[in-house]
Amino acid sequence: MNEAATPLWEVFIRARNGLSHKHAGSIHAADAEMALQAARDVYTRRGEGQSVWVVRSSDIIASDLVDKDMMFEPTASKIYRHPTFYEIPEDVGNM
Amino acid sequence: MYSQGLIGADGKTHEDEAFLAAFQARIDAEQKIEPNDPMPEGYRKTLIRQMSQHAHSEIIGMQPEGNWISRAPTLRRKAALLAKVQEEGGHGLYLYSAAETLGVSREEMTDQLLTGAAKYSSIFNYPALTWADIGAIGWLVDGAVIMNQNALCRCSYGPYARAMIRICKEESFHQRQGYEILITLCNGTEQQKELAQDALNRFWWPSLMMFGPSEGGSVHSEQSMLWKIKRFSNDDLRDKFINATVPQAEFLGLKVPDPDLTWNEEKQGYDHGDIDWDEFWRVVKGDGPCNRERLKNRNRVHREGAWVREAALAYAQKRAVREEAARVAAE
Repeated sequence: MNEAATPLWEVFIRARNGLSHKHAGSIHAADAEMALQAARDVYTRRGEGQSVWVVRSSDIIASDLVDKDMMFEPTASKIYRHPTFYEIPEDVGNM
Repeated sequence: MYSQGLIGADGKTHEDEAFLAAFQARIDAEQKIEPNDPMPEGYRKTLIRQMSQHAHSEIIGMQPEGNWISRAPTLRRKAALLAKVQEEGGHGLYLYSAAETLGVSREEMTDQLLTGAAKYSSIFNYPALTWADIGAIGWLVDGAVIMNQNALCRCSYGPYARAMIRICKEESFHQRQGYEILITLCNGTEQQKELAQDALNRFWWPSLMMFGPSEGGSVHSEQSMLWKIKRFSNDDLRDKFINATVPQAEFLGLKVPDPDLTWNEEKQGYDHGDIDWDEFWRVVKGDGPCNRERLKNRNRVHREGAWVREAALAYAQKRAVREEAARVAAE
């Protein structure tokens, strides 16, 4: 096992126009062009995609699980961001 | 079949009880575990073992059928078989990349396959001797695979479950193309029907072995069930497979090669004869009809492809250097 490792790429696919690209999986490829071709072969054999993105896995910046509470917990306490926090008389109708 | 990947799996783990209890509570609440979540070492090790062996099975599984692509009887059959074999390779790739999320590299897994340190499903150590075998493999082998994989779609590890959902969607074509081959043969000449019966005779028992031996209260298996890596027992899945498959054999007018196979009214399912587990262990331990050939081929192909991998990396590197130089020059 003295061969150099082939870089890892993450694959995102837009199933059809109107939808955003969604993570489908990952593949190994030496460069961007080969990564796109491999992503097409591996993840879109049955018309699953209209558009494919590939991104080097090492270029993705991810939040750290350790910071999960610090990052996301505060949103749970801000109930005034939700419409049901505000009281509107029924007579006003749908709002 | 991929529960074979759990044979000898060491679910031993060293975390304290509070950690394990918190983890178990998440599993019991049907929460999926994702790559960077805290998890017991035993859970990670068991999954790496099962997922990599599952991936290896897909890769080695290309060999028995690939052998018939150039000899398929019609263009229609050839196109279907080519697509199916390509997909086995694709399934291997989904699974390798799902396993890599647990911190094992593709190169490590490939190495384990090539050196024989890792196993793959016993079924792929049987040869595909006739065209009818291609029908039997699609019908029985992929049929058994579907039983197992449907259960794995609900595995507690997110990336594995997602890969399985994708694979299950594709697997149905594999089984149907195999069964269609057998329908054609069974509606053909006497000789063609004999070929189909002969394929069923040879593939029936090895297909039942794919589910792995009865667990009989094995500790490893109970741990895997508890962690929801595995959701049904080997025997339950095997029974489900037999109940689904026997009527399909009857439709073809073929005879399942088990004199003890009888319908059990009480359990609303079939009772089957004894499985030759000595044969199973022989094959698992390396002495099946094709073990050496499969591994030799895989090693040869890997060796012969080395220059392609090297050239692709060298080209990518050269281009990156040139682009960098052009960028600097433009500034």
